[in-house]
Amino acid sequence: MSVTVQSKKELMTGNEAIARGAFEAGVTVATGYPGTPSTEILEAVATYKPDIYSEWSPNEKVALEVAVGASLAGARCIVTMKHVGLNVAADPLLTFAYVGAVGGLVVCVADDPGMHSSQNEQDTRHYARLAKIPIFEPSDSQEAKEYLKIALEVSEQLQTPVIFRSTTRVSHSRSLVRIEEPRRPARKIGFEKNPPRFVPIPLWGRVMRRNVEERLAKLKAAADKSPANRIEMRDSHLGIITSSIAYQYVREVFPEASVLKLGWAYPFPDELIRQFAGQVKKILVVEELDDFLEEHVKALGIACDGKNFVPGIGELSPTRLQAARAKYEGKPEPAVPAAVTDLPSRPPVLCAGCPHRGIFYALAQFDVVVTGDIGCYSLGVFPPLNRMDTILCMGAGVSMPQGFEKAGEPKKVVGIVGDSTFFHSGITGLINIVHNKGVSKIIVVDNRITAMTGHQDNPGTEFNLMGEVTPSVSIEAIASACGVKRVFTVNPYDVQSTTQLLREELEIKEPSLIVSRAVCPLHEGKPVGPPLTINTDQCQNCEQCLSLGCPALEKEASQGLRINDSLCGGCGLCEQICPFEAIQKGNSK
Amino acid sequence: MSSVVNIVLAGVGGQGILLASEIVARAAMAAGFEVKTNEVHGMAQRGGSVIAQIRYGAEVNSPLVATGSAQVLGSLERIEALRFADFLAPDGLAVVSNQMVVPVTVSSGSAPYPADAEERLRKAFPRLLYFDAVALATAAGNVRASNVVVVGALATGLKLPLESWQAAIREAVKPKYVELNLKAFELGWTLKA
Ligand SMILES: Cc1ncc(C[n+]2csc(CCOP(=O)(O)OP(=O)(O)O)c2C)c(N)n1
Ligand code: SF4
Ligand code: SF4
Repeated sequence: MSVTVQSKKELMTGNEAIARGAFEAGVTVATGYPGTPSTEILEAVATYKPDIYSEWSPNEKVALEVAVGASLAGARCIVTMKHVGLNVAADPLLTFAYVGAVGGLVVCVADDPGMHSSQNEQDTRHYARLAKIPIFEPSDSQEAKEYLKIALEVSEQLQTPVIFRSTTRVSHSRSLVRIEEPRRPARKIGFEKNPPRFVPIPLWGRVMRRNVEERLAKLKAAADKSPANRIEMRDSHLGIITSSIAYQYVREVFPEASVLKLGWAYPFPDELIRQFAGQVKKILVVEELDDFLEEHVKALGIACDGKNFVPGIGELSPTRLQAARAKYEGKPEPAVPAAVTDLPSRPPVLCAGCPHRGIFYALAQFDVVVTGDIGCYSLGVFPPLNRMDTILCMGAGVSMPQGFEKAGEPKKVVGIVGDSTFFHSGITGLINIVHNKGVSKIIVVDNRITAMTGHQDNPGTEFNLMGEVTPSVSIEAIASACGVKRVFTVNPYDVQSTTQLLREELEIKEPSLIVSRAVCPLHEGKPVGPPLTINTDQCQNCEQCLSLGCPALEKEASQGLRINDSLCGGCGLCEQICPFEAIQKGNSK
Repeated sequence: MSSVVNIVLAGVGGQGILLASEIVARAAMAAGFEVKTNEVHGMAQRGGSVIAQIRYGAEVNSPLVATGSAQVLGSLERIEALRFADFLAPDGLAVVSNQMVVPVTVSSGSAPYPADAEERLRKAFPRLLYFDAVALATAAGNVRASNVVVVGALATGLKLPLESWQAAIREAVKPKYVELNLKAFELGWTLKA
């Protein structure tokens, strides 16, 4: 069964393949904001410098707007983000859909069905319909590269932004990709002024509005003929309409079925759908998340099954699709091996030595409401730290305290936000507090990097994605400029000073901003200090140290309480809080 | 698609599962197969349970392994093998490092770490290789190579030639660590059930 693999094939993740596609298609500007599972697209693009200029922008809206500028100047561009990032960039996207691209512009959005690393499970395909622009969906790495090139062509030819939707399993699966040489289109860079084309004031915007509909009709005709959409005829008894990673599961679970695979799903290729419907006896729509395709197939007057059998919540898998097939065929569900359920759970935790632990420990001394935000520090929500009470979206940690306060919340409210998140969308919330005379206490947990998504630079760091040394934007100076008078910086590894500062500031009835600053040791690649040990002669087993929730502090029946020196980051927090001075530096015992 | 070989690797974020998965994938590629893999990135990597899945054959569609269909389950931690036991086919081989990584939920007292892990592993897996990967990696020259010891052990359950594994290791690790990792692989490869 062995086959020879051609030498020009490489094993690539979907994200690396998208980046390769951008390179081969002559993209010269790429922007984005990190977010799992999309992050590695831009990281891979950055390896193609200097052919491609790439940047981490402070947020997705800025990233898209920068790319729009580049497109209007004539460059081919891609923008990368996770699904919730498109909410942030929705404003420029929906009007850029009117204005239209000059150089091809593709917005690469990675969805996270199953919410592996996300706060919601929204289905990006709805944005394509909302913006009336095309959406492409690859099902493996080879298609990721190929479709990206088609998407750029379509964007340029029909002057439209295009959404390129990946999912966790497409982005983070590796498969073989045929490497080709880059074909740089002869691009003329230079903006051609034309206000009726580029300025959507109502007068011209109304014309654009009509053009959008005409363009949609042309796109539909193109989608009908695109190589990204194809009919695979097998047994005509059952026809399956599918897209994205679900296609791969369909091929495993329904190997005999005919398939209409929609790599370019919107605007819906109606003619192709009708043609397929005419060739098969019954139709089942297999799609991950919402009934986006199914609803339309039904609207065409074609009877089909879909979400009545295929789950719409959570991600699909071959196992789940096997169960759906059994249900569809009226057979008993296949017996699946029982999962072992009585094991201690192993949720993600703040690393041993993480600076965020210090600020959470200090905060735990006060009975306050903590509005949290998204980043590694979100892990402070878990026991034993239990130090985060709300999470909504990036930036909300700064904005929400004002609402609690104005509603009359009897407890004091503290907002927590990371450095990258502060630059992303925390600053406007801070301005609001000052302008509307709030008294919120905001803590910026500044670990000098965007850690959660795998350590990307941000405006506060000294480097940018091109590897250039760049000025570090000061959080303290921003806070002062916003009108916050009480601005402080603390070292979160110093429990006493941090607690003392919090105690003082919580009593003061005006806004305070505290920067809790210490570098992320995982990013630094070195521990804060040498590992510590517990002197068993002095230890009284009070277990105060365990309230830190540090993974290096292990207590397990067979070995008692100890510090695992292969994990310990030497941060000294446990040493400071041990009431019996039993935790010491070095291997005392 | 019965000719596809399925492998699942389990462990704790930070144990080096991504490298182990890459070596398996490259070995299958070196032997001329089509390969697909899937790995967990993001939140789960901060010390949580993680798995990687590798599938190879003449033609591979899904990157995900269906439950009950893995020929080999490799685990870098003893109870993580139990957590993902449902992936293994009834006649599959489990290769499990006896390493114990204490979860914070155990330290904080909300759940015990199973004291009878080994017994349970022997019951759950009729074909089991249970060994001290950390000690073997230390013998090879560096504890951090325990992931590659586990790869060596799981290779005994697959039919890929030794040269493919060696080529894969040379491609996947930095030149100065190649010798160390070849040695670590060999210590796993020569284990007997
Ligand atoms: C709109 C939006 N974009 C991106 C993300 C993905 N994301 C989650 S946290 C985070 C950055 C966290 O960095 P920082 O605030 O510095 O905290 P750290 O992880 O370093 O502690 C990102 C990019 C998101 N959840 N929402
Ligand atoms: S990666 Fe850095 S910031 Fe994130 S939990 Fe680990 S030490 Fe903390
Ligand atoms: S010094 Fe203490 S709190 Fe810090 S990493 Fe080591 S064990 Fe954990």
